[in-house]
Amino acid sequence: MEELKTVSDVTQFIVIKLGEEQYGIDIKYIDNIVRMQHITRVPKVDAYIKGVINLRGEVIPVMSIRIKMGLEPDVETKSSRIIILKMEQQGTIGVIVDEVKEVVTLESDQIEKIAYDSKDDRDSFLCGIGKCDDGLISLLDLNAVVFEGV
Amino acid sequence: MDVSQYLEIFLDETNEHLQNLNTQILSLEQDPENMDTINEIFRAAHSLKGMAGTMGYKRMQTLTHDMENVFSEVRNGNIKVNAGMIDVLFQCLDALEEYNTNIRESSDEGQNDNEPLIKQLNAILKGESVDGAVTEAAPAKTEPAAEKAPAAEANTEGAKWLSIKLNESQQTVLKEAAKQGKKVYGLTVKVQESCILKAARAFLVFKAIEETSEIIVSEPSTQDIEDEKFELDFSLIIISDAELDTVKKAAKNVSEIEDVIGGAMDMDSLASSAPETAAEKTATTAVEAKTPAVAAEPVPAEDEHQPAAAAAPTPAAKKPAANKPVVNRTVRVDIEKLDTLMNLVSELIIAKNSLVSASTMTGTSSPAVNEQIEYLESVTTSLHESVMKVRMVPIESTVNKFPRMVRDLQKKLGKKMELYMTGEDTELDRTVVDQIGDPLMHLLRNSADHGLESAEVRKERGKPEVGSIFLDAYQDGNNVVIEVRDDGNGIDTEAVKKKAVERGIITPEQGENMSEKEIINLLFNAGFSTAKVVSDVSGRGVGLDVVKSMIESLSGEVEVKSKLGEGSSWIIRLPLTLAIIQALMVDIGNEKYAISLGSIQTIEDISPSDVKLVQAKEVIQLRDLVIPLIRLNEILDIESKKDPNDNLVVVIVKKGDKLAGLVVDELIGQQEIVIKSLGKYINKCKIISGATVLGDGEVALILDANALI
Repeated sequence: MEELKTVSDVTQFIVIKLGEEQYGIDIKYIDNIVRMQHITRVPKVDAYIKGVINLRGEVIPVMSIRIKMGLEPDVETKSSRIIILKMEQQGTIGVIVDEVKEVVTLESDQIEKIAYDSKDDRDSFLCGIGKCDDGLISLLDLNAVVFEGV
Repeated sequence: MDVSQYLEIFLDETNEHLQNLNTQILSLEQDPENMDTINEIFRAAHSLKGMAGTMGYKRMQTLTHDMENVFSEVRNGNIKVNAGMIDVLFQCLDALEEYNTNIRESSDEGQNDNEPLIKQLNAILKGESVDGAVTEAAPAKTEPAAEKAPAAEANTEGAKWLSIKLNESQQTVLKEAAKQGKKVYGLTVKVQESCILKAARAFLVFKAIEETSEIIVSEPSTQDIEDEKFELDFSLIIISDAELDTVKKAAKNVSEIEDVIGGAMDMDSLASSAPETAAEKTATTAVEAKTPAVAAEPVPAEDEHQPAAAAAPTPAAKKPAANKPVVNRTVRVDIEKLDTLMNLVSELIIAKNSLVSASTMTGTSSPAVNEQIEYLESVTTSLHESVMKVRMVPIESTVNKFPRMVRDLQKKLGKKMELYMTGEDTELDRTVVDQIGDPLMHLLRNSADHGLESAEVRKERGKPEVGSIFLDAYQDGNNVVIEVRDDGNGIDTEAVKKKAVERGIITPEQGENMSEKEIINLLFNAGFSTAKVVSDVSGRGVGLDVVKSMIESLSGEVEVKSKLGEGSSWIIRLPLTLAIIQALMVDIGNEKYAISLGSIQTIEDISPSDVKLVQAKEVIQLRDLVIPLIRLNEILDIESKKDPNDNLVVVIVKKGDKLAGLVVDELIGQQEIVIKSLGKYINKCKIISGATVLGDGEVALILDANALI
C-alpha cells in the first residue's frame, strides 16, 4: 500500500488530464472529487470562474483551469470531474478537469523542479515535472492556479 | 426592575471577560510594554465594570473600577507594570471569579468588599510598591454570606405567592369570602423545566383549579401566562370551598407540573396588608408549605432545616432550591458547529426531496412507503426549524437591560433623559446578539454623557427639558440596522478637531483640510475622548474605538450623522450572515435569481410603449413618480427569452427614498431562502449578495437591490 511510504520525501499526486496532457495535483489539497453537475453562472466575474455549485449544502465556486491557463474552453464529457480543493487562503474551490486518471506516488528524485525563467505563461502554473511509468506529469502549482487576478 | 432574566447572559459574559483578562494579564507579565495587551485588558475591565453596574452588583463594580483606574494609568504610561502589580491583579481576578460564583449560586454577589485588594490597587495608583501579599482572611469572609443568601432566596423561590401584592379591592374580596366561611389559599405552581407548552399547562391548571375554586389574583397576570411570559412558576390566590389538598391535587394532576406549593392565606395579616408582613405570613404558612417541598426532594438539608425554622424569621420553605443554582447552566456552542449542523440539515432535506421524487417516478409507492416518507418529511421540517431557531434570537435579551442603565445614568449624570426603544423583536444571529451588547452600551452611555445637554442648557435652547435617546432596530433588506439617536447637542466638529490636534492625532494643517465627515471619524480613534472629566460613565476614550472594532469584527459598519445643536445618530448596519429571508424568485433567461422581499415595493406589468427615454435612459412613470428602469438581463449578461413586444414584468425596488424598476422575464413565486455566502473567492460581484440552495439542490443567486440602484 502507498500509505506505508509516507516519508517526507514522498508525495502523492492525483493525475488528471486536460486535453492530451497529464497534470498532477498534490493530494494534500484535495477534499473531494465529484461528477460534473449544473454550475450556476455568476455574472460579472473573471471568465475563468465558471460559477458556483452546491456541494452538500455548501455553495462553492468552480473555476476552469483550462481558461486560466489559456487553453481551449472546457468541453463537458462523461469523464469530466470537479476536483474540490481546500486552499489555505482562498478556502474551498472546485476546479474542472477532463478526466481523473489515478493516484501516483513520486519520490523526490522523480520530481524535476523547473525554473521560473520560462517565457511560456503556462509554465508559471507548474511547480515541477514528475517522471513515472506512464510518462511525464506536469505538477500544478495550485497556489498559482487559483490565485485571484490574471 | 427585575434583572434576573439577564443573569444568565451576564454570567456567561463575565466568564468570558474574566478568561480574557486572565490570558491577557499573563501575556502582560511576559511583555509588560505591549500596548495592545494593555488596551485589551483595559477594555475587558471596562466592559466588566459596566455590566456589573447594570446588574446592580456594587462590590464587583467598585473592584473593577479600581482595577480600571490602574490600567488607565498604565496605558497613559504613568506607572510601570511590575511583578507585585501583576500579583495584585490576579488576586483581583480571583475575587471577581468568586463574586461570579456567588452570583451563579444565589444571584447575590456576597458580602465581601475585598477592601485589602482595593487598598493595594490604590497604593499602586499612588505609586507605592506592593508585594502582592493580600491577607488571606478576605476570601474566607464570603463563605457565610454565600450560605445565607440562598436561604433567603429559597424562601421566596419556593412560595412565591407570599410576595403577591394585593390591591384594596382584591383584599376586600378576600375578606368578604373569609367572612362567608370560604377558605383563601395561596398557591405556587412549578412547571417542569422540560415542559414545552408552558402556557397550555398553565391553562390546564387554571381549569382544574376553577372547578373547585375561584381565582382572585394570579402572578404574573393571566394575560402574561397565556402569552407564556413566565419562567417556571406562577402563583395564584384563590377562594375555595374545598380543602387545600384537594385543590393542590387537582393542579398536580396536570402533566408536566413539577410541584404545587400552597398554604392558607392568613387573613389577619391581610388586614394590615402590605408586603412588609410577608415574614409573618411565612411563619404561619411555613408548616403547610414545607410538606410538598420535603416530599419533592428529601434532601439531607432536612436536619439543619428544623432548628432553623425556630430561629430564623424566614424558615426555609423549600430547601432544595438552595442546593440548585439559580441559573440553568447553558452550553455555549461554537457557531461553526451550528453551521455544520445547518448544512447537514439542508443536505438531509435535499436527500429527502430526491427520495420523494424517486418513489413517485419508479411507481413503487405503496401506502407504507408514503407514510414513512411523510413521517420523514415532518421530522426534517422540525429539525430544520429547530436549527434555525437555535441560531436566531431576538435582540431583546441584549437591549432590555438598557432602560435600567439609562435610569441609573440619569441619576449619576444629573440629567433628565428618557430611552425609547423599538424593534426589540428583530432577530439576529446568536453570536451577533451576544456581541452587540457592549457596543450599544457604549453608544448609549456616550449619548447620555456627551450628547444630551443638561436640563438648564436644554431649556435655554428651547428644547424639552427631558432629553430623548432612541434605540431603533429593524431589518433592512439583508441587513439589520440598529440606530442609537439622541436629540442632544450633536457633535461639535471644531471641538473634535481641536482635541485631535492637542492629542497629536492630526497636525493643525491636516485639520484645516478635513471634511466634517473625516473629523467625525476621528472619534473612533483609540484614546480619543472629548469629555473634560473622567467619570465612570464614559470619558476615557475607550468607548468609540471599541464600538468600531467590535462592529467591524461582526463584519458590520457604523455610520454617524450629526447636526450641531440638534443631535446625532449612530447607525450600525449588520449583515445577516446566516439569515432566512423571504424572497421573490424570478426567471431571467434560463437563470433563476432571488430578490429580497424586504426591498421590493410593488410588481408592475408595463406595456413597452410606456417606457420613455430621459437622457438616453429608460424610465417609466408610475403614480406621478419617474422611475428608472434597469434591465436585469443586460446587467447580468443574459439573453432574455422574452418577446420585446410583450408587456414587461417590472419589480419596483426601494433603497432609502430611491426607487428603481427591475425588468425580469418571469416571476416564479415567493420562497423562504437561506442566505449563503459566495465565499471569499468570488467577491468582485457587487450586485450579488449571496446564494441560496433551492429545494432541488440547485444554486440560485441573490440580487442585492441596494447595489443595483
